[in-house]
Amino acid sequence: MERIEGLAKLTGAERYVDDLAVQGALWGMTVRSPAPRGRIREIRFDPAVDWSRFTVVDHRDVPGANEVLLIEPDQPVLAADRVRHVHEPVLLLAHPSRDAVRRAVRSVQIVVDPEPAYLDFRRPPGADQVQRGDDNVIKRLKIEKGDVEAALARAARVVEGTYRTGAQEHVYLETQGMLAWEEDGVLFIKGSLQCPYYVHRAAVRALGRALDRVRIVQAPTGGGFGGKEEYPSMIALHAALLALKSGRPVKIVYDRGEDMEATTKRHPSIVRHRTGVDADGRLVAQDVEVVMDGGAYVTLSPVVLSRGIIHAAGPYRCDDVRIVGRAMFTNSPPHGAFRGFGAPQTHFANERHMDVVATAVGLDPIELRRRNLIIDGDETATGQVIADGVDRVALLDRAVELSGWAVKERDHERLARTDPWLRRGMGLACFHHGAGFTGSGEVVLASRLDVAGLPDGRVEVRSANIEMGQGTLTIFTRIAAERLGVDPSRIVIAEADTGRVPNSGPTVASRTAMVVGRLVEEACDDLRARVSRPDATGDDLRRAIVDWHAANPGAELVGRAAYEPPPGVRWDDATYRGDAYAAYGWGAYVAEVEVDLRTWGARVVDFVAVQDVGTVLHPTLARGQVQGGVAQGIGWALMEECRWKEGAMTNAQLTNYIVPTSDDLPSLRVYFEETPWPGGPLGAKGLGELPIDGPAPAVVNAIARATGAAPTEIPLTPERLMDLLDARERGRARIA
Amino acid sequence: MQGSGAVRGSPEIEIGFTLNGRPTTVTVDPAARLLDLLRYDLGLTGTKEGCGEGECGACTVWLDGLPADSCLVPAFQAEGRDVRTIESVDPARLRALHVSGATQCGACTPGVVMTALWILENPALLESHSIREIMAGNICRCTGYDGIIEGIEDAMSGRLP
Repeated sequence: MERIEGLAKLTGAERYVDDLAVQGALWGMTVRSPAPRGRIREIRFDPAVDWSRFTVVDHRDVPGANEVLLIEPDQPVLAADRVRHVHEPVLLLAHPSRDAVRRAVRSVQIVVDPEPAYLDFRRPPGADQVQRGDDNVIKRLKIEKGDVEAALARAARVVEGTYRTGAQEHVYLETQGMLAWEEDGVLFIKGSLQCPYYVHRAAVRALGRALDRVRIVQAPTGGGFGGKEEYPSMIALHAALLALKSGRPVKIVYDRGEDMEATTKRHPSIVRHRTGVDADGRLVAQDVEVVMDGGAYVTLSPVVLSRGIIHAAGPYRCDDVRIVGRAMFTNSPPHGAFRGFGAPQTHFANERHMDVVATAVGLDPIELRRRNLIIDGDETATGQVIADGVDRVALLDRAVELSGWAVKERDHERLARTDPWLRRGMGLACFHHGAGFTGSGEVVLASRLDVAGLPDGRVEVRSANIEMGQGTLTIFTRIAAERLGVDPSRIVIAEADTGRVPNSGPTVASRTAMVVGRLVEEACDDLRARVSRPDATGDDLRRAIVDWHAANPGAELVGRAAYEPPPGVRWDDATYRGDAYAAYGWGAYVAEVEVDLRTWGARVVDFVAVQDVGTVLHPTLARGQVQGGVAQGIGWALMEECRWKEGAMTNAQLTNYIVPTSDDLPSLRVYFEETPWPGGPLGAKGLGELPIDGPAPAVVNAIARATGAAPTEIPLTPERLMDLLDARERGRARIA
Repeated sequence: MQGSGAVRGSPEIEIGFTLNGRPTTVTVDPAARLLDLLRYDLGLTGTKEGCGEGECGACTVWLDGLPADSCLVPAFQAEGRDVRTIESVDPARLRALHVSGATQCGACTPGVVMTALWILENPALLESHSIREIMAGNICRCTGYDGIIEGIEDAMSGRLP
């Protein structure tokens, strides 16, 4: 089965929000804060502009609560009297001409009386920088198992390390955009987004409208990667405010610079490890501290931190573990959801640290991991017993074998003896990723999904989960077709329109195929039961649906499903103990890199990705998810660097924020072991995020082995590697 | 909805060019971009804007048979030239790219296809450059590029049209 909407995309026929021509629409734009923190003293409008021709909106035009509702209501739709980060939205303008509105934005000056900004989350805030509680901490979390101090005290070796990761920009190729209009008293907002009901909830709150007077419709979405999880609510509200005030449709489409400066990025992190090992290289204590830069509003930072700390001890067995985490308020634009959601940061630290531990105890990094990987029956840091039938050691062994590790290491040693400049190395990472919402999250979400039998006998899946490139349309079609025993051409996936589809939850957290796909199966079963043909397939089912409609003219035939947690899952939010996720994907990735000592540039020359995510629902799509995630991970490891000055990104353009091109990457070799998971549709687990957890540590471990450097920070740009190797040379010179 | 990215107000000029095989005459602002002329004035929205500064290749069209970033081309420079956009492409030619997983979110895809077809129509390019080198002007954030590269290879080898 091929990608449902593939040809429409290949031919350019797919209509994204900026492709929709709307008669009489205005273009909207946002005037933003020039300062990271301060009081708004004045908004100056250039008198040379005829402002009567513009629709102008400020915080006083927000009819409901001035809040972009998510976890906490702290983020305003438009700043009222103070600003907390550069590029914070203050004012909105709309005009029929896009050029006119672009020029007009530059003709408004937001005058801010500055206050001391808190910009470096790694240092404690000064007294005059405190803006939340008494220490700027947004959220603290702790996982504790056993007695880590006692275990460290009796360990044969204690190995310490501190690891840092930078912000990462999503660079979905379609920038963010929204279109809003009012029709018969109902406000429609259509655009590029992952979570229709997040936008709906925020719109009802800020616009003070009844639930049925707001409809959110997803337009085809050109990539998201988490970047269109929370920020679309902001843009949707802005377009809505302009549309309501002007009485005309309004479209806001960010250009690349605005998108990069103003929207969310992956949380920067600093992670400290103190690890106790016994004489055989077995982990006896893991003491981990995780700190993340949340930025100027809470947004999703508490849950990003949560997923980060839960994954921080890696896929290893250890009886005495303590993981403490905190997310810091800073005057940076809020950091937010990005594929992996906190786990890539902590996996980078943990897997880089495992190589440091291996060196310290004199074990090869493969053997150290082999001795410590969870085997069925072992517990994670939260006390979750893993028993899913996956052989994690076999995954590691297969990745090592497929990479040609042993032969290549000999080649690399020879290269180092014979070539003055080129060095190669192999690097490894073992990791896991929990699929679905954390802990009790899926129970709280209480997702619902419908499958309708249409009068012509086709079947329509109605869910709020969206296609953004990852393959939802194709996967849901396959799941429904298999469950009903009908040809995929008989399945229709409804547009994600909150006026038509129930709330099956957000399209995030590797939950769509696994959690919502299971609901597709259950709703299919319910549909069959409603036509009193629980076993009907193919033409029999089609006839049964057509007959039902003949007997019930004008009625809707809908099979329904509601989320029920898998049996035996328990989680305690208060103690952070229990089953953090219903299922985990597991991976073992190996990178081979080449470093040129003349340029300090590192290139990945081979990459092997072995994983077990249960049954693979679609080999081409699954492979594409892994390759895309690995490419993003390699970019994050080597080249993607957000540079900051006074709280503003200074390289908000693709000219100097560098993402990998086809010429920067080798063919990425992908392999699946398939251990079916009974809780998922056809045995599948979540897949989307797992592939970004492994590449960065694998690549950096390979650079360490190639050069003898001990990198601890990404992106490991040529500049950083030069500094590391220079420092080592200087150290040698001093010794000599 | 008006939309071209140009600074309006200068006198418009009339230009004639061939668009997807058809003679076309339009008036454009001297500062307008070819990308905006195509998308907003002529309604050919298959050509996408990804970065607006010639880095990502999402806006790739053919100018006289060569791929060009239409966000960097002033519209008036189309005068007298042959412009081909994604709308001119026969879907039957995209079979190999479809099967290989060359598209995910689709935002880079029309640009990718225009560069890929340039390779397919000019196989001699591969005597001096690899497919990966030639495709490096088209950024894709979803696929990791293997689906694109394999689709081009399959189409070149005739395994699939």
